[in-house]
Amino acid sequence: MKKDVLNYIDKRNSFFWVSSIVILFTLIIILLSEAYGLNLVSTSFTKVLGKTLCLCIVALAMDLVWGYCGILSLGHFAFFGLGGYMIGMWLMFERTKNIVVESTQNNVLPLTETEISEAVGTQIFGVVGGAEIPLIWSFADSLLIHIVLILLVPGVLAYIFGWLAFRSRVTGVYLSILTQAMTLALSLYLFQNDSGLRGNNGLSGLQNIPNLDDFSQAELSIWFLILSALTLIFTYYICNLIVNSKLGNIITGIRDNETRVRFLGYKVESYKLFIFVITAIISGVAGALYYPQAGIINPAELAPIASIYLAVWVAIGGRGYLYGALIGAAFVSLASSYFTGGQIPNINFGLFTLKWVDWWVVILGLSFVITTLYAPKGIGGLIERIFRRS
Amino acid sequence: MNSFLKLIFQLFFVLIFSNPLYASESNNLEKVLNNNFKLIIKSSSRTIEPVIEDLLSTKSPNLEEFLKSWRNKELYYVKKSKLIAILKQKNSNGYELLQFSNKTSLGFFKKKEIKVIKPNSGVRSKISNALIGFQLLNDDPKVRYKSLETLTRKFNSKYLIPLKNALKKENNPDLKKRMSELLVFGTIKYSQNEDEKISSLNSLRGNMSIEARGTIASLLESKLYVSNKMPDLPNLARNIIPGNSYKNADGSSNKPFFYFNKKPEISRSEAIDLLIKNNFLKDHITPSRRDEILKQNISNSHIEGIPVKQLNSSEERNNAYNLLVKLGKAIPLKSDKEIDDLIKRHFFYAVYKEKSPKVINTAKLVFNDINYKVNFYEYLDLILDGLSLASIYFLGAIGLAITFGVMRVINMAHGEFIMIGAYTGYVVQLFIPNHTISLLVAFPLAFLVTFLGGVAMERLVIRHLYRNPLDTLLATFGISIALQQIAKNIFGTQARPLTSPEWLDGALVVNDVLSISLIRIAIFVLGLIFLVLLLLVMNKTRLGLETKAVTQNPMMASSMGINPDRINMLTFGFGSGIAGIAGVAIGLFSKVTSELGADYIVQSFMTVVVGGVGNIWGTLAGATMIGMLQKFIEWFNPSNTLAAQTYMIIFIILFIQFRPKGIMALKGRAAED
Repeated sequence: MKKDVLNYIDKRNSFFWVSSIVILFTLIIILLSEAYGLNLVSTSFTKVLGKTLCLCIVALAMDLVWGYCGILSLGHFAFFGLGGYMIGMWLMFERTKNIVVESTQNNVLPLTETEISEAVGTQIFGVVGGAEIPLIWSFADSLLIHIVLILLVPGVLAYIFGWLAFRSRVTGVYLSILTQAMTLALSLYLFQNDSGLRGNNGLSGLQNIPNLDDFSQAELSIWFLILSALTLIFTYYICNLIVNSKLGNIITGIRDNETRVRFLGYKVESYKLFIFVITAIISGVAGALYYPQAGIINPAELAPIASIYLAVWVAIGGRGYLYGALIGAAFVSLASSYFTGGQIPNINFGLFTLKWVDWWVVILGLSFVITTLYAPKGIGGLIERIFRRS
Repeated sequence: MNSFLKLIFQLFFVLIFSNPLYASESNNLEKVLNNNFKLIIKSSSRTIEPVIEDLLSTKSPNLEEFLKSWRNKELYYVKKSKLIAILKQKNSNGYELLQFSNKTSLGFFKKKEIKVIKPNSGVRSKISNALIGFQLLNDDPKVRYKSLETLTRKFNSKYLIPLKNALKKENNPDLKKRMSELLVFGTIKYSQNEDEKISSLNSLRGNMSIEARGTIASLLESKLYVSNKMPDLPNLARNIIPGNSYKNADGSSNKPFFYFNKKPEISRSEAIDLLIKNNFLKDHITPSRRDEILKQNISNSHIEGIPVKQLNSSEERNNAYNLLVKLGKAIPLKSDKEIDDLIKRHFFYAVYKEKSPKVINTAKLVFNDINYKVNFYEYLDLILDGLSLASIYFLGAIGLAITFGVMRVINMAHGEFIMIGAYTGYVVQLFIPNHTISLLVAFPLAFLVTFLGGVAMERLVIRHLYRNPLDTLLATFGISIALQQIAKNIFGTQARPLTSPEWLDGALVVNDVLSISLIRIAIFVLGLIFLVLLLLVMNKTRLGLETKAVTQNPMMASSMGINPDRINMLTFGFGSGIAGIAGVAIGLFSKVTSELGADYIVQSFMTVVVGGVGNIWGTLAGATMIGMLQKFIEWFNPSNTLAAQTYMIIFIILFIQFRPKGIMALKGRAAED
């Protein structure tokens, strides 16, 4: 019996369990939801859950690139943000355009294309002192092109960066520092006002989906939850497939001893590049699902610290366990928003009052040190140990 | 000798004043006063100008006194006799007045019989202006200085001659210098004499002061014109091609091959506006005018049979408009080509306000000469800026050069040690108000605190992770966010001041363009001290030797009697301690916040990686390269420091492609890792 449980949790069957749990969870939330169910779960909490699923997706990508391939990338949250920006551009442009057209419905002459784009430009770029629509927004009126861009932009950036980095055999800590530098460069670039993406104002109003005005936020939140859940399952399937294939064995080999794999005749760089790019694309997709639920994206989201937190989730969840990454991301991000939300009463020690809002990050940081020191395999490792022992 | 000269001068003056002419001059004054009596007693700022001119032309020695008493409302006039007088005394008999021009008593008057002359504020300021000429000759240097200051503010052509006269008599060297400067600027601006102007301009050659540059630039101001004839003017500044040529600083024009951050002087639409304004383009229908005419012709939501709903593009609107034209309801549109032809057929040009070509040429020559010099010093300034940024990066990275460079331990909490150092400096200043002493205490204390912190961290965490550097990265990151949050909890989110001592506040002023703040020099010096100190420790002490031995081969080192545990602990503590001292220095010029260290950490790692790991000289080279590079990129696009940082990081990523081991790569066995 215990052996059977172990086998189910075993890598080959974990997909079945994970997808079942995610589907079950989604169904429960739908049943309890404001829009389609018993009205026990609020819309904002549904959004939090939907966003958590997206974070689980990017954690999967991180686990694949770090836990399996050994590349500690401190840049995957930047890809996540880029995905968000790509969908955000379409959302913002299309919605502003609709508003402009609607508000000028009663004009004597119907607007020309140039007049519309001028009005949209002033609406969107007024805050950064511009009125012209930058070149990078050329395709902002096409959802299809922007869906392609969600995959293409993080993918191409990862390809260029990865090709440069792996080619010159930058490995280990150096690679981490380099990815961190890339992330910093990207966020600094987006912070400036003439980046064409509204500088530190970022893109906002993303929760309103254009041409879907009939749907309420409550309904939209459920549909996004479903979409996120399905994407998570699909991503898990892909990752599971990769991990359990021959490719998976090779990348694990690269993680454990890169030189030896190279001596066996494998093109280590190509494998690393493939994993780096595919995980970047997954991150971009996750970001594109996350930010319509969050409603706003700004360059601070792409700061290096976010990518480091991503590594923290995966490390706490357990490197090298796909389900571990899910648990880590869900557990830590939910706990963080719970503890810093200010809902927990402070604990009074007499001389000293423990304010959770202030001290949560300290506890998180220290628990992270303890995890690294005493439980390097994280929660995933603990689960495995429990089942193996019993 | 000086007193002798003075005596002669005094004699000279006495002679002048005792001159028979004196009487006639005072009579002159009286005459002018009589002539302008009405204007003086009921003055307005508009009518008073010629009166003051007349008064000044009398050159009467009493003039200054007169103007002063006039301004100070001390003049009276007798209603009956229409004489201007001053009050001598006031007693029970009434007011005793003295006639102004010859100081003879006019006798006693009742209050009704006389009246005070009260000039309004506009008139008073005119009088004050007239008085400046006298004040410049005042015996008190303070008065002269003050009048010069007033003159600087409101110089005009009238003051040229008084100033020239005053300059001749001035013997205070400071005042003399200022006067001659002012005279030069005044001559350039207001003189009508070509030669005088040219020689004044030539005397400004190489003068980089803002005043000099401004004066010459104002001489080279030009105005835009448009004409259908080729301009033939001696003071033509430049021909302008709309949408193409741009304006040089000296007023000439230039047709560039490519535009870098520069816009053509006038765009096509500005050219059209100019043409319309000068009546060369008539009946131009702009799109908005077209739309207005279209709107006026709507009836039943149709325009001559075309439904309004269809007019959602520029073409459709043009078609509808042309239909109106055909029906004779509107004037025809001009095509883009017609307008382009019109622009081509006209001449756009700018003309200098200055008329004389000789003066213009000299001004251009001097202007470009000064600009050349200013550019040189600006480049120098840029290099010094780069150096000082480099020394900041060096300070931030030098501790890492030991922990990361020598020990190969990646310490993400390094930035937080910098922050702790800065906060230590702040706390010390809370207890010791004297900034110099507090700084002297803060340096060793910051070292001590961060040294102990580093040792504790090494003992508790890093020691267990030497075999897995990536895990060290994660663990130290945990410590980093914990320390940052603790600092935030203790000190709050607002920035704390770490004030530098007064003697570091100033700047070393080389000339009008170049000045270096002392704190930057101090940081540069501190960086140098660190470099020397570190080289000595690593190369000349036992600790340095043992550190190298342990990093190269811990097993072998321990079999030689070195305790690797102890060495690792000390080295890590030493690197952290240096970060603490750097923190005090960095805190002196930037705000002390909990994110202070985080702002520097990526650049610091870059510095070490670019320079070449394991080499202190490499760190120096890396810091110099990154600092200089950032300043140079900023210089290309000064409005955008964020973009500069972005491009710099991209450059570094590319640089590492070509030199993966950094600028100063280790060679031989030590390089194998």
